[in-house]
Amino acid sequence: MSSPTSGEYEAYYVPEKSKLAIFATIGLILSIYGAASVMNDMTFGDPDVATHSWSIFIVGLFVFVATLFNWFRITIRENIAGMNSAQLKKSYVLGMFWFIFSEVMFFFAFFGALFYVRNLVGPWLAGEGAGRMNGLLWEGFEYSWPMMQTPQEAVGGAGAQPIANNGSFTSAETSMAFSDARAWYAWLPMWNTLILLSSSVTCHIAHMGLLDGNRKKFNLWLGLTVALGIIFLGLQIFEYYEAYAHFGLTLNSGIYGSTFFMLTGFHGFHVAMGMTMLLIQWLRSVRGGHFTADDHFGFEASSWYWHFVDVVWVFLFLFVYIL
Amino acid sequence: MGDHHHGPAKGLTRWMFTTNHKDIGTMYLWFSFAMFILGGAFAMIIRAELFQPGMQLIEPAFFNQMTTMHGLVMVFGAIMPAFVGLANWMIPMMIGAPDMALPRMNNWSFWILPPAFLLLASTLFMEGGAPAFGWTFYAPLSTTYAPPSVTYFIFSIHVLGLSSIMGSINIIATVMNMRAPGMTYMKMPLFVWTWLITAFLLVAVMPVLAGAVTMMLMDIHFGTSFFSAAGGGDPVLFQHIFWFFGHPEVYIIILPAFGVVSQIIPAFSRKPLFGYASMVYATAAIAFLSFVVWAHHMYTVGMPIAGELFFMYATMLIAVPTGVKVFNWITTMWRGALSFETPMLFCIGFLVLFTIGGFTGLMLSIAPADFQYHDSYFVVAHFHYVMVAGAVFSMTAAVYFWLPKWCGKMYNETMGKTHFWISFIGFNLAFFPQHFVGLAGMPRRIPDYALQFADFNMMSSIGAFIYGASQIMFLYNVIATIVAGKPTSDEKVWDGAEGLEWTVATPAPYHTFEVPPAVK
Repeated sequence: MSSPTSGEYEAYYVPEKSKLAIFATIGLILSIYGAASVMNDMTFGDPDVATHSWSIFIVGLFVFVATLFNWFRITIRENIAGMNSAQLKKSYVLGMFWFIFSEVMFFFAFFGALFYVRNLVGPWLAGEGAGRMNGLLWEGFEYSWPMMQTPQEAVGGAGAQPIANNGSFTSAETSMAFSDARAWYAWLPMWNTLILLSSSVTCHIAHMGLLDGNRKKFNLWLGLTVALGIIFLGLQIFEYYEAYAHFGLTLNSGIYGSTFFMLTGFHGFHVAMGMTMLLIQWLRSVRGGHFTADDHFGFEASSWYWHFVDVVWVFLFLFVYIL
Repeated sequence: MGDHHHGPAKGLTRWMFTTNHKDIGTMYLWFSFAMFILGGAFAMIIRAELFQPGMQLIEPAFFNQMTTMHGLVMVFGAIMPAFVGLANWMIPMMIGAPDMALPRMNNWSFWILPPAFLLLASTLFMEGGAPAFGWTFYAPLSTTYAPPSVTYFIFSIHVLGLSSIMGSINIIATVMNMRAPGMTYMKMPLFVWTWLITAFLLVAVMPVLAGAVTMMLMDIHFGTSFFSAAGGGDPVLFQHIFWFFGHPEVYIIILPAFGVVSQIIPAFSRKPLFGYASMVYATAAIAFLSFVVWAHHMYTVGMPIAGELFFMYATMLIAVPTGVKVFNWITTMWRGALSFETPMLFCIGFLVLFTIGGFTGLMLSIAPADFQYHDSYFVVAHFHYVMVAGAVFSMTAAVYFWLPKWCGKMYNETMGKTHFWISFIGFNLAFFPQHFVGLAGMPRRIPDYALQFADFNMMSSIGAFIYGASQIMFLYNVIATIVAGKPTSDEKVWDGAEGLEWTVATPAPYHTFEVPPAVK
């Protein structure tokens, strides 16, 4: 695939045909069709009628993940075989950078929803703002954040709602917000913050080790980063358990529950992705001896991703838990 | 290196396993034309029902499905993939690159499109029917009151977004990294510039759309209350998120069209483009402004007055860079050695009609006036002037302009010109009267209307049928050219055309530049 230089400039990289795209497409489409069918069975379906939705979803997901695994494996092998030109390597760098930018914009949508609800919708529902009639619709609703009582509950439940009822929403009993400064050490989100911020530092130390050509240091600190990621995810799962079991805080708890779980949930999903990426890089280094001081973009891309989820967490911590 | 350098493989696997930018571009173009025909068929059903007042052919519920699917298929299936296909074909050739930067991902971003649209179209046959809430899918119509097929719609939007994001990352990486030595940013053809900026817009806003449909999904199936006031959310929140995507989206559609016109008008004026640098800056300015004008689509939802004023003034500002562009195109033609082959005719048609669409846009941007025009047929007329006479006309011009380079054969000029005139007349007959019925109060998205709108609607329907039929002529002309067109081997098919793509052989070889060309 790569070819010797011809003339003054390096010859371009022209790839061979590849079956990867077709298999990835089959996997993706089967899994989304399956996922949509699973959800429709759940919401609109007849529980007595058996469907194949789960099987389609699982088969699709398996094909998709297997293809992506193979895709990355091929890419890594090409690089190790020295087939990648400096130009192609730069294309991978650009690709990763803009992918992370698109992820930033995905979180931006959810943060935007949070700010809009907190600063505008909440007060409006409580009747603020010139010429607004919402105060009449939701009599007795008082806005505060975290929203511990939904407008629906304020008027006496779904039945008493003066406008068309589109769902019934419960309210959380306890919020996740910071409440007691004396008991800060018992506040789980603070520990999660410390863990995730430390993991960014350990990731950076691992990178320094790699740049120094110190593989032992790299393996140790990268392994530590992965471990911190796993601890973070464990604590997140524990927090969700607490929310559902003891705080009465669920997806159904009005807009507070919606924004809380969607923001932390998508962040947690991204941490799981980043952790998996770093784990694979760790395995590559420990078992395969991959990466050199000047050629380790697989690791560097994963570390960028890791720092990105870390920064998202800082915003989450500020706007979901503290402020 | 294998023998794949010498030419394409044979059979179906050539297309399925390809990593070649020309193959992938070709597939994008054919796919988008198929979607153009499908979306056009939906439009014909709409216009047939509206031919006369009263209910004739279809049920109101089905009518709503038709308006929804027409918009979705045309925006996401016809116009966007058409320009991505053009980008695939032309950008590597214009900047002296051998291919796109990430060729395997390029193939993947194409191949997920057809199944996603198959899924979307299959909702027409599902229980409860296809999505019927308009292409803007406002909540709660698209959540609480949606048919079950909405779930499939949501996931197909996710896949379309994924395709656009991957395609755009590829274009950005190609333009930033694959330019031939000497091809500085300010020497790039304007089509490459407009696509670079478009790709940036796509990467920025497609994830926001993904966020919007994800919130819908959660509201429908998992009990969240993003778009439900009873739970403390707000249906208007949906509109804000949607239009934060949606307004840049309309520039995503029109910026590559600007690029095409900026390539073709100089070629047939036999003069360099007037004000190249100002064109680049105007494109960037339009892209920047597109992020801060979204709420002009929702003046009537009850925003605070400060919001109305901000979005009104910001929107009016867009007329300035757009005016720069129109001025530059006209000045390029000024005292040029003009000739009027089909691509040029479509570009001049674009120039006149897009400017009309731009002016009606300016009218709509005035918040107090918009309270009158909002959700009327005036809006329908406005955006069809920019979508059809803007994007589709320029796309048609691009096909006529580059088709000889692609396949080494010349299309039938007489038939091309006839196609233009029939399109031009049909289009204006279809959409110009809609300004009048809109101003007189006919609302959009209704299957029946008051008697006083009957004449104009009949004219509109006849115009739409003419415009629709003229596309068959277009299809015939393209196929006839590929199969039995007059062969041409001139590198420069058009004597006034400039750029690297006109320095390679005609038809363009399967692999264009294996070593970088020299750029002066």
